[in-house]
Amino acid sequence: MLAYVIRRIFVSIPILIGSTILVFIMVKFSGDPLEGLKMRNPPPPRQTILNEEHRLRLDKPVWEQYWLWLKGLVLHGDFGPSVHGNINIGHELGDRLFVTLRLVVLSVLIALIFAVITGVVSAVKQYSATDYSFTFLGFLFLAMPSFWFAILLKSAGIAYNQATGTEAFFTIGEKSVLLTDDSGWGQFKDIAGHMVLPTISLALISYAAWSRFQRASMLEVLNSDYVRLARAKGLRSRQVLVRHALRTALIPLTTVTALDIAALLGGAVITEMVFQWHGLGDYLLRSIRDHDAYAMMGWLLVSAIIVIVFNLIADLLYSVLDPRIRYE
Amino acid sequence: MSEIRASSVTTSGAPQPTSPTGAADREFTVKERSQLQQAFRRFLRHRLAVLSLVLFILIVLLAFVGPLIWKYKYTDITPDNSQPPSPAHPFGTDSLGHDWFAQVLRGLQQSVKVALCIAIVASTLGVVWGGVSGYYRGISDSVLMRLADLILTIPAIALAAALGNIGGGTWWMIALVLGGLSAPLVARAVRGVVLSLREQEFVEAARALGASDRWIILRHLVPNAFAVVIVYATLLVATGILSETALSFIGFGVHPPDTSLGLLIYQAQSAVQTRPWLFYFPGLFIILIALTVNFIGDGLRDAFDPRQTRQRR
Amino acid sequence: MTAESNIQLDRRSADGDAVLEVENLTVEFPTEDGVVQAVRGVSYRLAPGEAMGIVGESGSGKSVTSMAVMGLLPKTAKITGSVRFRGEELLGRSENGFAEIRGKKIAMIFQDPLTSLNPVYTVGRQIAEAILAHNDVSKKVANDRAVELLATVGIPFPEQRVNNYPHEMSGGMRQRVVIAIAMANDPDVIIADEPTTALDVTVQAQVLEALEAARAATGAALVLITHDLGVIAGHADRICVMYAGKLVEKGTVDEVFYEPRMPYTLGLLGSLPRLDEAGRERLTPIVGSPPSLMHLPPGCPFTPRCPLAQPICEEREPDLYGTDQPGHVAACHFHERLVGVTPGQLFRPTSADTGSVAPANLETQQ
Repeated sequence: MLAYVIRRIFVSIPILIGSTILVFIMVKFSGDPLEGLKMRNPPPPRQTILNEEHRLRLDKPVWEQYWLWLKGLVLHGDFGPSVHGNINIGHELGDRLFVTLRLVVLSVLIALIFAVITGVVSAVKQYSATDYSFTFLGFLFLAMPSFWFAILLKSAGIAYNQATGTEAFFTIGEKSVLLTDDSGWGQFKDIAGHMVLPTISLALISYAAWSRFQRASMLEVLNSDYVRLARAKGLRSRQVLVRHALRTALIPLTTVTALDIAALLGGAVITEMVFQWHGLGDYLLRSIRDHDAYAMMGWLLVSAIIVIVFNLIADLLYSVLDPRIRYE
Repeated sequence: MSEIRASSVTTSGAPQPTSPTGAADREFTVKERSQLQQAFRRFLRHRLAVLSLVLFILIVLLAFVGPLIWKYKYTDITPDNSQPPSPAHPFGTDSLGHDWFAQVLRGLQQSVKVALCIAIVASTLGVVWGGVSGYYRGISDSVLMRLADLILTIPAIALAAALGNIGGGTWWMIALVLGGLSAPLVARAVRGVVLSLREQEFVEAARALGASDRWIILRHLVPNAFAVVIVYATLLVATGILSETALSFIGFGVHPPDTSLGLLIYQAQSAVQTRPWLFYFPGLFIILIALTVNFIGDGLRDAFDPRQTRQRR
Repeated sequence: MTAESNIQLDRRSADGDAVLEVENLTVEFPTEDGVVQAVRGVSYRLAPGEAMGIVGESGSGKSVTSMAVMGLLPKTAKITGSVRFRGEELLGRSENGFAEIRGKKIAMIFQDPLTSLNPVYTVGRQIAEAILAHNDVSKKVANDRAVELLATVGIPFPEQRVNNYPHEMSGGMRQRVVIAIAMANDPDVIIADEPTTALDVTVQAQVLEALEAARAATGAALVLITHDLGVIAGHADRICVMYAGKLVEKGTVDEVFYEPRMPYTLGLLGSLPRLDEAGRERLTPIVGSPPSLMHLPPGCPFTPRCPLAQPICEEREPDLYGTDQPGHVAACHFHERLVGVTPGQLFRPTSADTGSVAPANLETQQ
């Protein structure tokens, strides 16, 4: 197992290098990092522009820029220079990583739990009113733009706060700027409170897709020969359902979940924007606006690593759930 | 259950594996047509899908014909500002006095246009990509599929946002970028179909008879992959409109002075409580399009896969 | 009605209580295209310890009949008639009501051993599960019993094999595991639905042996469903022939094999390759295909394929008529004409290239 993990990590390295090269080229085409500086009025002295060009390695050929970036990253953990001279990209990414990660991980868990429950109920009560309601909700959520739903949730939270005169829902930021109770418990409560609405809005879309998937997967298993044999053995319907049907129907969901992680990271960009979180997504949008090439590269690298790690976890989980798959 | 299925298949005259003679191809085209007709009949029986199709066509008509007949252009500024919906302004007006119905029509047009183009670009590119990969296998397959994996590792919205800058936010550039980023999904599906078809008897028979690659691809693989592609292309319209509006919402899609449904929602987000009509109408149109398209896709999938239809009820 | 009286005369069941009685069973499936009449009024009695074969093409309703007995059909199926186990009505029970009977009193073996076992559990656990479902014993006891059962069905090294996952076993092995599961609770009836169809010919005999071992160990009655007459000949006492959802002939193995009274049965026998002297005759296929069970015409469903067909066959569906032997019944208006007829005389010994079905000259044969 350990050997497998190590091998997988080694195999991931070319993927990471490939995607960074791909994005590096695209980023180079996407705009001039010094646009902001050059447009400044009055125009900055020519020497300033040349200095900036040198600092951002723009005076070197593209392939050398990439090589320097890669070398700095591997040897010194240096993510390269930002257009904002006073900002260290590595620190910035590190600070924001856990803000985004806790949003994504919690959303995945919540979406999974609800998707499995409703998917199973839908499949067992196929073509019942319950099934039709869940199916309709699934289709509706699947069709709902995430940013629209996020704004709706946010405004519902605000409306509730105004109506009750309390601050039941936090609608801005990932934590309070000024916290009266800064004990550990107080901080935890504050962070958890800020997470409620964004987590729901990010979980929603994955939930819709996964519950449809889980329903189909469960239906297939319910119609399988081994579930029929389990019934023919005289097992009670509950045992058949949990031990035989659900246990096996969960296996394909791990793969689908892993495949959707990239989309979830993309969804987090939107959720963070609506709820004004200072996470990775917010940093990405700022970097794109500023044509901050190395910041974009850093963001890409972090998100690619997250995707790869989630996929690895999914594969390991798969091998635990399905004895037919064994990694040596 | 299996017996019932088997009996109904034999009675409905399912085509036998074609014999490797000249008659094989005749029989095959006959089969293809009757399959299409059967699929069409089954689709018509899917009431929700048919209803969705009608509704979707109406929306598309509204998007392209509406702006021509409606009394206001989306650029017009009327003296009424911040009006709630009324007969004069069915969707109300914003604080500048824009007629919101004209705005939504324009946004709808741009969003539908981009979504349809995304579907076309992604499925065309995906068919070639997946087809070459699955048919020729070997090194070209590895390279093409690794590339697909690579693109799918990166959140599409991030790549699109970074690349959106290149074209300066024109609608066709957005469609091209989002279509290109969705193509790997189609490519994977098409590759799967081609790989399994490759092993089927009628393809092996055709190859044994000396049929050229071109012939096999055109006569055998394309018609059989058609069902998969058409379903994917339909569903891509739904994901297309969602990604375009999201991109415009975060500021890297359609730019002002032009507009899209996503941009309209961005502009209206602070007005949810004060002037809710500005926020709700564009959103409802996005939901309506994505919903109807998903239902159409569902109907198509059932129509092309009779096995599933039989399990209905 | 003649059919019922004939059943009463059945030699084995006449003197004892039947362990399983199926009476006028019908099963219908509503589909989008119409109602599929999968089973149309099937009746049979199974005596304790008896082995009965059910033969028929796929789609003849033989599997659906047994699934109805076990209560394993989907909820959409409309089932009428009666199924009694030792006089106790089974139809209309709840899922958990059926669960008390399943595995304990009536066990079932399915066609495809590759998909019958759950891939995520060891075979030992799946056998033990069957034991634990009906007995209040410890897991240890159930596991030991699983090892015993594996040995009974002829699996070598059962102590090791018990910890295998299904994918680590061959198809024949897996089917023996399924048989072990079926015999785990000493059932009174074992229903085997095409137990060898999905297997290699070389393995079929071993699996049938395992099935016989299971019968010997449990004393259970057997319902053996197959389309393979060869399997029936060696393992059943009586045969029911099914066509288009109905029983069309019923009798002892000798009666049905040597004096068939229904053209369809003759057709089945004629298409069976034989190694004895009759094997020198050419095989006679039945031209055409079974009818759709969706819109059955009023008459005998075999009419379009029958060389004996007369106008009356299209008008009225024949009952099960009694023949010269008690307990031997056949659903053919002209069953009397078939006395002493061989398949080669009735069906053309040609390949399917002749589109028409010309009746052989039967009048002169008699």
